[in-house]
Amino acid sequence: MTDIWSGLQAAFWLLVTFDRDLVEITLRSLQVSLSALVIASVIALPLGTWLAIRRFRFRRAVIAVLNALMGLPPVVVGLIVYLLLSRSGPFGVLGLLFTPTAMIIAQVIIITPLIASITHQAMRELWAEYHDLLISLNTSNWQRIKTLIFDGRRALLTASLAGFGRAIGEVGAIMIVGGNIDHATRVLTTAIALETGKGDFALALGLGFVLIGLALVVNFGIHVLSRTEREGRW
Amino acid sequence: MVENMAARLQDVVVQRRGKTILGPVDHDMAPNGCTIVIGPNGAGKTTLLKTLHGVERLSRGQVDWGVPEHVARQQQAYVFQSPIMLRRSVRQNLIFPLSLAGMGKAEANDRVTHWATKIGLAKMLDQPAPRLSGGEKQKLALARALIRDPAVLFLDEPCANLDGRSIREIESLLVDVQRSGTRIIMTTHDLGQARRLASDVLFLLRGQINDHGPAQTFFAAPSSPEAVAFLNGDIVE
Ligand SMILES: Nc1ncnc2c1ncn2[C@@H]1O[C@H](COP(=O)(O)OP(=O)(O)OP(=O)(O)O)[C@@H](O)[C@H]1O
Ligand SMILES: [Mg+2]
Repeated sequence: MTDIWSGLQAAFWLLVTFDRDLVEITLRSLQVSLSALVIASVIALPLGTWLAIRRFRFRRAVIAVLNALMGLPPVVVGLIVYLLLSRSGPFGVLGLLFTPTAMIIAQVIIITPLIASITHQAMRELWAEYHDLLISLNTSNWQRIKTLIFDGRRALLTASLAGFGRAIGEVGAIMIVGGNIDHATRVLTTAIALETGKGDFALALGLGFVLIGLALVVNFGIHVLSRTEREGRW
Repeated sequence: MVENMAARLQDVVVQRRGKTILGPVDHDMAPNGCTIVIGPNGAGKTTLLKTLHGVERLSRGQVDWGVPEHVARQQQAYVFQSPIMLRRSVRQNLIFPLSLAGMGKAEANDRVTHWATKIGLAKMLDQPAPRLSGGEKQKLALARALIRDPAVLFLDEPCANLDGRSIREIESLLVDVQRSGTRIIMTTHDLGQARRLASDVLFLLRGQINDHGPAQTFFAAPSSPEAVAFLNGDIVE
């Protein structure tokens, strides 16, 4: 109990003084997860939309695979990316292992299926609504995707935020491919794991509060956005 | 713009879930004027219009406008039975088909103002379209169709939710549109309206063209007993 209490005090102090390590780690977390989010969104938003509007032979199979990938354990993703990027692996020459880039790659793999799947659900509904009109207006596939993405942008933002939430809180994969190297690949989650292991609860808790803060901001964002969506204001 | 306005339906059949909902239909559509499609609920009127527009999946046969389907569709506009509103402002709904066609902003805005005024939506341009009333939505859908200056205009019960005054306004608008050379193919349950607007009539029953002819002949002396009963307001099944 005293551990927690002194931890809280120390954490508070780290926060109000903008502790340099804390700031550095937080910024790296944001950098890695936001990069992963942007890349994953660029892939997943058009992919999910495309799956909602195109009928092709293996569509159901692709959607099933997507949903299965959503449940991939991050540790396994980390392991696979590790094997691919390690010196003896196919992409070893790139020398990416234990860099933030490797962490971004792992997070992209983890959150792309999630964002694509949520996108697909939302876009299917909108497509059912717009279908006849867009066909009638002779739209190309690309125009259809653009229209759906534009008019469904709030739902897509929600999907992206869900992806971000998963990325920023993820620890298993980035621990493996990033290596949790100080001043290089250490982020909030891996630092918390490390400091807890070392028994430095103050720093661990301080990091934990920042992480919770980020998660809250994200959740609040989702809440506000989905409410404006429901009320149909835009 | 005036070519490709005559359609030929050849052995057209539309089946859904093993049930035939349209056809077999063999019919040459009139090349101009206003064709009114009438018939009881579920007769296949909507299906016929969508088939002519090329947005219905055919089980058999073909619709021939003399040009490839997507080329024909380029010159057609369709107002659906339940209006489809983009989740945007009224203005953006009107601009949408124009920007798809690559029209410049200035010209598009001029047209938007013109048609919004004409159809009585000028004051609502900046409101979200999904918030409009049923009748306003219908007017917006009609304006969004007319704004492209189509050679062929499909209307699926365009006046279903409108009040008496709006109906008169829309009807006189349609008469103008038709005078300026637009081919109209339209369904309605309002036989008075059918009499006022039709140059020829198609009477659909159970997915088939049961009777058809020039409006005057049809209304004066329909040739099928079912059409007689329908015009008398009797239930036709
Ligand atoms: N996708 C579908 N699957 C099964 N049945 C369908 C489908 N679409 C239409 N139908 C059926 O086809 C028949 C004709 O439908 P359609 O909408 O063309 O009728 P309608 O003449 O326009 O009727 P209304 O006057 O009520 O608008 C109806 O019985 C309808 O239930
Ligand atoms: Mg109908």
